[in-house]
Amino acid sequence: MSRPEDNLPPDLYYNDTESLKYTTSSRVQAIQATMTNRALELLSLTTPSLILDIGCGSGLSGEILSESDPPHTWIGMDISSSMLAVALDREVDGDLLLGDMGQGLPFRAGSFDAAISISAIQWLCNEDEKGVDPKTRLSRFFDSLYASLKRDGKAVCQFYPRDDKQRDMICSAAIKAGFGAGLLEDDPETKNKKLYLVLTVGGEGNR
Amino acid sequence: MKLLTANFLSCAVKACKSSPLSFPLHFKDAELASKSVPYNPILLSNLLPRLDWPALVTSSSELGFTLPQQKPEITPFTPTSSEDGDAVMSGAGEEDEKTLRMLHKVLMETEVVEGKMVCGSCGFEYGIHQTVANFLLPSHLV
Ligand SMILES: [Zn+2]
Repeated sequence: MSRPEDNLPPDLYYNDTESLKYTTSSRVQAIQATMTNRALELLSLTTPSLILDIGCGSGLSGEILSESDPPHTWIGMDISSSMLAVALDREVDGDLLLGDMGQGLPFRAGSFDAAISISAIQWLCNEDEKGVDPKTRLSRFFDSLYASLKRDGKAVCQFYPRDDKQRDMICSAAIKAGFGAGLLEDDPETKNKKLYLVLTVGGEGNR
Repeated sequence: MKLLTANFLSCAVKACKSSPLSFPLHFKDAELASKSVPYNPILLSNLLPRLDWPALVTSSSELGFTLPQQKPEITPFTPTSSEDGDAVMSGAGEEDEKTLRMLHKVLMETEVVEGKMVCGSCGFEYGIHQTVANFLLPSHLV
Protein backbone atom coordinates (compact mmCIF):
# COMPACT_ATOMS: atom_id res chain seq x y z
CA MET A 1 0.00 0.00 0.00
CA SER A 2 1.42 3.39 -0.88
CA ARG A 3 1.53 6.01 1.82
CA PRO A 4 0.84 9.62 0.82
CA GLU A 5 3.41 10.66 3.44
CA ASP A 6 6.14 9.05 1.36
CA ASN A 7 5.47 11.08 -1.74
CA LEU A 8 4.83 14.78 -1.26
CA PRO A 9 4.47 17.25 1.60
CA PRO A 10 0.83 17.46 2.79
CA ASP A 11 0.14 20.94 1.44
CA LEU A 12 1.14 19.74 -2.01
CA TYR A 13 -0.31 16.25 -1.76
CA TYR A 14 -3.74 17.51 -0.75
CA ASN A 15 -4.26 19.83 -3.70
CA ASP A 16 -7.74 20.77 -4.91
CA THR A 17 -8.34 17.49 -6.71
CA GLU A 18 -7.04 15.22 -3.97
CA SER A 19 -8.87 17.22 -1.27
CA LEU A 20 -12.20 16.82 -2.96
CA LYS A 21 -11.57 13.17 -3.78
CA TYR A 22 -10.64 12.50 -0.17
CA THR A 23 -13.62 14.32 1.28
CA THR A 24 -16.26 12.82 -0.98
CA SER A 25 -15.05 9.23 -0.78
CA SER A 26 -17.65 7.36 1.25
CA ARG A 27 -15.02 4.89 2.38
CA VAL A 28 -12.83 7.69 3.76
CA GLN A 29 -15.86 9.33 5.37
CA ALA A 30 -16.85 6.13 7.14
CA ILE A 31 -13.34 5.43 8.42
CA GLN A 32 -12.89 9.03 9.56
CA ALA A 33 -16.22 8.95 11.37
CA THR A 34 -15.35 5.71 13.17
CA MET A 35 -11.99 7.05 14.27
CA THR A 36 -13.37 10.42 15.35
CA ASN A 37 -16.09 8.77 17.40
CA ARG A 38 -13.51 6.53 19.00
CA ALA A 39 -11.29 9.53 19.79
CA LEU A 40 -14.25 11.32 21.36
CA GLU A 41 -15.05 8.28 23.43
CA LEU A 42 -11.45 8.19 24.65
CA LEU A 43 -11.62 11.88 25.57
CA SER A 44 -14.75 11.15 27.63
CA LEU A 45 -15.90 14.76 27.76
CA THR A 46 -19.07 15.12 29.79
CA THR A 47 -19.68 18.80 29.15
CA PRO A 48 -19.57 20.97 25.99
CA SER A 49 -15.89 21.70 25.41
CA LEU A 50 -13.52 23.73 23.29
CA ILE A 51 -11.56 21.29 21.14
CA LEU A 52 -8.59 21.82 18.87
CA ASP A 53 -8.69 19.65 15.73
CA ILE A 54 -5.14 19.27 14.44
CA GLY A 55 -5.01 18.46 10.76
CA CYS A 56 -8.75 19.13 10.53
CA GLY A 57 -8.71 18.81 6.72
CA SER A 58 -12.11 19.35 5.19
CA GLY A 59 -13.87 19.19 8.55
CA LEU A 60 -15.06 15.56 8.48
CA SER A 61 -14.05 15.04 12.09
CA GLY A 62 -15.10 18.52 13.14
CA GLU A 63 -18.66 17.94 12.04
CA ILE A 64 -18.84 14.99 14.37
CA LEU A 65 -17.60 17.17 17.24
CA SER A 66 -20.29 19.77 16.48
CA GLU A 67 -23.04 17.18 16.36
CA SER A 68 -22.00 15.01 19.26
CA ASP A 69 -23.79 14.83 22.57
CA PRO A 70 -22.88 17.09 24.30
CA PRO A 71 -22.11 19.36 21.32
CA HIS A 72 -18.57 20.76 21.24
CA THR A 73 -17.02 23.82 19.70
CA TRP A 74 -13.85 23.32 17.70
CA ILE A 75 -11.04 25.22 16.09
CA GLY A 76 -9.34 23.43 13.21
CA MET A 77 -5.87 23.81 11.83
CA ASP A 78 -4.52 22.34 8.62
CA ILE A 79 -1.57 22.90 6.33
CA SER A 80 -3.54 22.34 3.14
CA SER A 81 -5.45 25.38 1.90
CA SER A 82 -7.28 23.13 -0.57
CA MET A 83 -8.61 20.99 2.27
CA LEU A 84 -9.69 24.12 4.16
CA ALA A 85 -11.42 25.42 1.04
CA VAL A 86 -13.49 22.23 0.94
CA ALA A 87 -14.29 22.72 4.63
CA LEU A 88 -15.51 26.27 3.90
CA ASP A 89 -17.68 25.00 1.07
CA ARG A 90 -19.21 22.47 3.43
CA GLU A 91 -19.99 25.29 5.89
CA VAL A 92 -18.59 23.62 8.96
CA ASP A 93 -19.19 25.30 12.34
CA GLY A 94 -15.55 25.31 13.44
CA ASP A 95 -13.18 28.21 12.92
CA LEU A 96 -10.32 27.36 10.55
CA LEU A 97 -6.63 28.23 10.53
CA LEU A 98 -3.97 27.57 7.94
CA GLY A 99 -0.88 26.40 9.77
CA ASP A 100 1.88 23.83 10.07
CA MET A 101 1.76 21.86 13.33
CA GLY A 102 5.49 21.21 12.89
CA GLN A 103 6.10 24.92 13.43
CA GLY A 104 4.30 24.74 16.78
CA LEU A 105 0.74 25.74 17.67
CA PRO A 106 0.11 29.49 18.04
CA PHE A 107 -2.19 29.38 21.07
CA ARG A 108 -1.80 30.85 24.51
CA ALA A 109 -1.45 28.56 27.50
CA GLY A 110 -4.50 26.69 28.75
CA SER A 111 -6.74 27.48 25.76
CA PHE A 112 -8.35 24.10 25.09
CA ASP A 113 -10.22 21.47 27.05
CA ALA A 114 -9.08 18.83 24.61
CA ALA A 115 -7.52 18.16 21.23
CA ILE A 116 -8.02 15.54 18.58
CA SER A 117 -6.05 14.65 15.52
CA ILE A 118 -7.16 12.09 12.95
CA SER A 119 -4.63 10.63 10.51
CA ALA A 120 -2.29 13.60 10.63
CA ILE A 121 0.64 13.47 13.04
CA GLN A 122 2.64 10.92 11.05
CA TRP A 123 3.26 13.79 8.63
CA LEU A 124 5.52 15.29 11.30
CA CYS A 125 7.98 12.52 10.59
CA ASN A 126 8.75 14.04 7.20
CA GLU A 127 11.38 16.71 6.91
CA ASP A 128 9.84 19.98 5.85
CA GLU A 129 10.93 21.65 2.63
CA LYS A 130 13.57 23.65 4.49
CA GLY A 131 15.11 20.43 5.76
CA VAL A 132 13.92 20.81 9.36
CA ASP A 133 14.25 17.36 10.88
CA PRO A 134 11.34 15.31 12.29
CA LYS A 135 12.67 15.43 15.86
CA THR A 136 12.55 19.22 15.91
CA ARG A 137 9.12 19.31 14.31
CA LEU A 138 7.76 16.69 16.72
CA SER A 139 9.02 18.52 19.77
CA ARG A 140 7.69 21.88 18.59
CA PHE A 141 4.32 20.25 18.05
CA PHE A 142 4.03 18.33 21.31
CA ASP A 143 5.53 21.11 23.45
CA SER A 144 3.05 23.64 22.10
CA LEU A 145 0.16 21.18 22.32
CA TYR A 146 0.96 20.51 25.94
CA ALA A 147 0.98 24.21 26.71
CA SER A 148 -2.23 24.98 24.84
CA LEU A 149 -4.27 22.42 26.79
CA LYS A 150 -5.86 23.14 30.13
CA ARG A 151 -4.54 21.38 33.17
CA ASP A 152 -6.27 17.95 33.22
CA GLY A 153 -6.77 18.40 29.46
CA LYS A 154 -6.55 15.45 27.11
CA ALA A 155 -5.60 14.81 23.51
CA VAL A 156 -6.22 11.80 21.31
CA CYS A 157 -4.23 11.42 18.10
CA GLN A 158 -5.05 8.61 15.70
CA PHE A 159 -2.09 8.12 13.40
CA TYR A 160 -0.48 5.85 10.85
CA PRO A 161 3.17 5.30 11.68
CA ARG A 162 5.28 3.83 8.90
CA ASP A 163 6.86 1.35 11.30
CA ASP A 164 7.57 0.68 14.97
CA LYS A 165 10.51 3.04 14.94
CA GLN A 166 8.35 5.92 13.78
CA ARG A 167 5.67 5.03 16.31
CA ASP A 168 8.22 5.08 19.12
CA MET A 169 9.73 8.34 17.95
CA ILE A 170 6.30 9.99 18.09
CA CYS A 171 5.49 8.56 21.52
CA SER A 172 8.75 9.57 23.07
CA ALA A 173 8.41 13.12 21.74
CA ALA A 174 5.01 13.33 23.45
CA ILE A 175 6.37 12.01 26.74
CA LYS A 176 9.32 14.38 26.56
CA ALA A 177 6.87 17.27 26.26
CA GLY A 178 5.40 16.25 29.61
CA PHE A 179 2.37 14.23 28.58
CA GLY A 180 1.20 11.08 30.22
CA ALA A 181 0.94 8.86 27.15
CA GLY A 182 -0.78 5.61 26.31
CA LEU A 183 -1.10 3.73 23.04
CA LEU A 184 -4.24 1.94 22.09
CA GLU A 185 -4.73 -0.31 19.10
CA ASP A 186 -8.10 -1.19 17.59
CA ASP A 187 -8.50 -4.15 15.24
CA PRO A 188 -4.91 -5.31 15.81
CA GLU A 189 -3.41 -7.86 13.42
CA THR A 190 -5.75 -6.73 10.63
CA LYS A 191 -5.10 -4.40 7.77
CA ASN A 192 -7.62 -2.03 9.33
CA LYS A 193 -5.70 -1.68 12.56
CA LYS A 194 -5.91 1.76 14.06
CA LEU A 195 -3.51 3.29 16.50
CA TYR A 196 -4.46 5.98 19.01
CA LEU A 197 -2.06 8.00 21.10
CA VAL A 198 -3.91 9.06 24.24
CA LEU A 199 -2.28 12.01 25.97
CA THR A 200 -3.04 13.54 29.33
CA VAL A 201 -1.76 16.74 30.87
CA GLY A 202 -0.54 16.36 34.41
CA GLY A 203 -1.67 12.77 34.61
CA GLU A 204 -0.27 9.28 34.58
CA GLY A 205 -0.05 7.26 31.41
CA ASN A 206 -2.27 4.23 30.98
CA ARG A 207 0.04 2.22 28.82
CA MET B 1 -11.56 34.27 12.20
CA LYS B 2 -13.90 34.42 15.11
CA LEU B 3 -13.30 36.56 18.18
CA LEU B 4 -13.33 33.35 20.19
CA THR B 5 -10.29 32.07 18.30
CA ALA B 6 -8.58 35.45 18.34
CA ASN B 7 -8.80 35.44 22.13
CA PHE B 8 -6.58 32.35 22.22
CA LEU B 9 -4.11 33.15 19.46
CA SER B 10 -0.77 34.78 20.05
CA CYS B 11 2.10 35.54 17.71
CA ALA B 12 3.87 32.35 16.64
CA VAL B 13 7.18 34.03 15.86
CA LYS B 14 9.86 32.55 18.08
CA ALA B 15 11.20 35.87 19.32
CA CYS B 16 7.70 36.90 20.45
CA LYS B 17 6.92 33.95 22.71
CA SER B 18 7.94 35.80 25.86
CA SER B 19 6.68 39.24 24.84
CA PRO B 20 3.45 40.45 26.47
CA LEU B 21 2.89 42.58 23.36
CA SER B 22 2.36 39.49 21.20
CA PHE B 23 -1.15 39.01 22.58
CA PRO B 24 -3.73 39.83 21.48
CA LEU B 25 -2.97 40.22 17.80
CA HIS B 26 -4.46 43.42 16.43
CA PHE B 27 -7.06 43.47 13.71
CA LYS B 28 -6.43 45.66 10.68
CA ASP B 29 -8.56 46.32 7.60
CA ALA B 30 -11.15 43.87 8.85
CA GLU B 31 -14.31 43.07 6.93
CA LEU B 32 -16.94 41.54 9.18
CA ALA B 33 -19.72 39.10 8.65
CA SER B 34 -22.16 37.37 10.91
CA LYS B 35 -22.61 33.61 10.81
CA SER B 36 -25.33 31.76 12.62
CA VAL B 37 -24.04 29.06 14.97
CA PRO B 38 -26.03 26.93 17.43
CA TYR B 39 -26.28 28.59 20.86
CA ASN B 40 -24.38 26.62 23.46
CA PRO B 41 -24.75 28.36 26.84
CA ILE B 42 -22.97 25.67 28.84
CA LEU B 43 -19.93 25.96 26.61
CA LEU B 44 -19.97 29.74 26.99
CA SER B 45 -20.09 29.56 30.74
CA ASN B 46 -17.23 27.04 30.66
CA LEU B 47 -15.23 29.41 28.48
CA LEU B 48 -15.85 32.59 30.43
CA PRO B 49 -13.19 31.98 33.13
CA ARG B 50 -10.45 31.44 30.56
CA LEU B 51 -11.31 34.38 28.33
CA ASP B 52 -8.83 37.21 28.47
CA TRP B 53 -11.35 39.98 28.90
CA PRO B 54 -9.09 43.02 28.33
CA ALA B 55 -7.91 41.36 25.10
CA LEU B 56 -11.51 40.78 24.02
CA VAL B 57 -12.37 44.42 24.75
CA THR B 58 -9.38 45.50 22.62
CA SER B 59 -10.26 43.18 19.73
CA SER B 60 -13.87 44.28 19.81
CA SER B 61 -13.01 47.96 19.73
CA GLU B 62 -10.73 47.32 16.75
CA LEU B 63 -13.75 45.87 14.99
CA GLY B 64 -15.94 48.80 15.92
CA PHE B 65 -18.03 47.68 18.85
CA THR B 66 -17.87 48.25 22.57
CA LEU B 67 -17.92 45.69 25.37
CA PRO B 68 -18.16 46.38 29.10
CA GLN B 69 -14.73 47.01 30.64
CA GLN B 70 -15.33 44.42 33.34
CA LYS B 71 -15.68 40.74 32.64
CA PRO B 72 -19.34 39.90 33.25
CA GLU B 73 -20.11 37.38 35.92
CA ILE B 74 -22.67 34.68 35.65
CA THR B 75 -24.04 32.37 38.27
CA PRO B 76 -22.40 28.99 37.89
CA PHE B 77 -24.97 26.38 37.15
CA THR B 78 -25.03 22.66 36.88
CA PRO B 79 -26.64 21.19 33.81
CA THR B 80 -29.79 19.32 34.69
CA SER B 81 -29.39 17.16 31.66
CA SER B 82 -26.73 17.01 28.97
CA GLU B 83 -29.30 16.09 26.38
CA ASP B 84 -31.49 19.13 26.11
CA GLY B 85 -28.94 21.85 25.26
CA ASP B 86 -30.94 25.09 25.22
CA ALA B 87 -33.47 24.00 27.80
CA VAL B 88 -30.78 23.65 30.43
CA MET B 89 -30.42 27.42 30.67
CA SER B 90 -34.07 28.08 31.29
CA GLY B 91 -33.40 28.12 35.01
CA ALA B 92 -30.72 30.81 34.68
CA GLY B 93 -31.52 34.39 35.58
CA GLU B 94 -32.52 36.91 32.96
CA GLU B 95 -29.27 38.84 33.38
CA ASP B 96 -27.20 35.70 32.86
CA GLU B 97 -29.18 34.83 29.79
CA LYS B 98 -28.58 38.32 28.38
CA THR B 99 -24.84 38.03 29.08
CA LEU B 100 -24.58 34.62 27.47
CA ARG B 101 -26.48 35.75 24.37
CA MET B 102 -24.14 38.71 24.10
CA LEU B 103 -21.10 36.47 24.43
CA HIS B 104 -22.53 34.10 21.84
CA LYS B 105 -22.98 36.92 19.36
CA VAL B 106 -19.52 38.37 19.95
CA LEU B 107 -17.43 35.22 20.29
CA MET B 108 -19.18 32.70 18.07
CA GLU B 109 -21.13 34.58 15.42
CA THR B 110 -18.92 37.54 14.55
CA GLU B 111 -16.37 36.66 11.90
CA VAL B 112 -13.56 38.54 10.24
CA VAL B 113 -13.84 37.48 6.62
CA GLU B 114 -10.95 39.46 5.17
CA GLY B 115 -8.22 41.44 6.84
CA LYS B 116 -5.08 41.04 8.91
CA MET B 117 -3.95 40.34 12.43
CA VAL B 118 -0.83 42.21 13.38
CA CYS B 119 1.59 41.37 16.18
CA GLY B 120 2.19 44.27 18.55
CA SER B 121 5.68 43.02 19.27
CA CYS B 122 7.30 42.13 15.93
CA GLY B 123 4.80 43.64 13.49
CA PHE B 124 4.27 40.38 11.61
CA GLU B 125 0.98 40.42 9.70
CA TYR B 126 -1.16 37.30 9.58
CA GLY B 127 -3.49 37.54 6.62
CA ILE B 128 -7.14 36.54 6.86
CA HIS B 129 -8.77 35.38 3.67
CA GLN B 130 -12.29 33.97 3.43
CA THR B 131 -12.33 33.76 7.25
CA VAL B 132 -9.17 31.60 7.34
CA ALA B 133 -6.14 33.13 9.05
CA ASN B 134 -2.78 32.13 7.66
CA PHE B 135 -0.36 31.12 10.42
CA LEU B 136 2.26 29.58 8.17
CA LEU B 137 5.50 31.30 9.08
CA PRO B 138 8.57 31.82 6.94
CA SER B 139 11.03 29.31 8.37
CA HIS B 140 13.51 31.90 9.69
CA LEU B 141 10.84 33.15 12.13
CA VAL B 142 9.86 29.75 13.56
ZN1 LIG C 1 5.29 38.72 16.82
